[in-house]
Amino acid sequence: MHAEIADFLVDCLQNSVEANAKYIILDYFYFVDDRIEVAIIDNGKGMDSEILKKIQDPFYTDGTKHVRRKVGLGIPFLIQAVNLSGGHFSVESQKGKGTELRFSFDLKNIDTPPEGDVNGAVVQTMMFDGDFELEFNKKRIENGIEKGYTIKKTELTDALGGLSDASSIKLAKTFLDSQDEDLI
Amino acid sequence: MAKMTLESLRALRESRQQGIERRETDGKEIHVIIGMGTCGIAAGSKKVLEAFINEIDAKKIENVIVKQTGCMGLCYVEPTVEVKAPGMPDTIYGKVDADVAKKILYDHILNGKLVSDHIYQRPAADNVVKG
Repeated sequence: MHAEIADFLVDCLQNSVEANAKYIILDYFYFVDDRIEVAIIDNGKGMDSEILKKIQDPFYTDGTKHVRRKVGLGIPFLIQAVNLSGGHFSVESQKGKGTELRFSFDLKNIDTPPEGDVNGAVVQTMMFDGDFELEFNKKRIENGIEKGYTIKKTELTDALGGLSDASSIKLAKTFLDSQDEDLI
Repeated sequence: MAKMTLESLRALRESRQQGIERRETDGKEIHVIIGMGTCGIAAGSKKVLEAFINEIDAKKIENVIVKQTGCMGLCYVEPTVEVKAPGMPDTIYGKVDADVAKKILYDHILNGKLVSDHIYQRPAADNVVKG
């Protein structure tokens, strides 16, 4: 079971990368003292309605990654955490077009997992092999006032000349953390 | 922390690269690949990733590429790390935590010595050559 909301982000974003998405949008909206809303929208290979039902079953996997493995726990873990803490989960998908996954956590519920290192999760996702764009939209909404920023993977990799050595990875994380100044 | 711009990020990156004498690295990179599937995440692979990045950055160890991958099929010994270093066999380590990560870095990567207690074999099914 995942300990933090950031863990669910890495896990679900990884699904998009593995679905060969070329463009992934991550919306992370923090409504102070109320809820966290997340959307992960990709243009990967998508799923038909039959597969879409099956992904909620922990004993289903597409079987292509590991021969004879019979479990796929990423989405079921998320659904479980959301159900245990009064959040919401939904997923829509179209085969060949992409997938739209949305979930929210209720910040007033004591069983909601801690937020964790969201920026770290974004940098981690960018470290996956593959030619994909990741657009990260972060917002903080307090008393109806909305503050936020958008950053893309290519903006970071252009500035850093890649994201494979430790120094660049650390700088990317420092950069994202510094953007949070805008949110307060 | 002052807010950084992409320009200041680029400048910082360039200033850090200056003064580092870059060795010829063609084909000599060391790859550290951390398993970040659902199983790895649940077992704490993020701490392992952070340990590698912090230690490599702090000690300015060159030629190490840190990547992440999905499940390697060794869910029972997560977190897992694969190390590919020239002159050494490709090695999968399991049950890695921050301390073991440092041991892998100093023993395997810097001194060419395997960390024997943590070596695991790829699942048999993955070794079958399909033909």
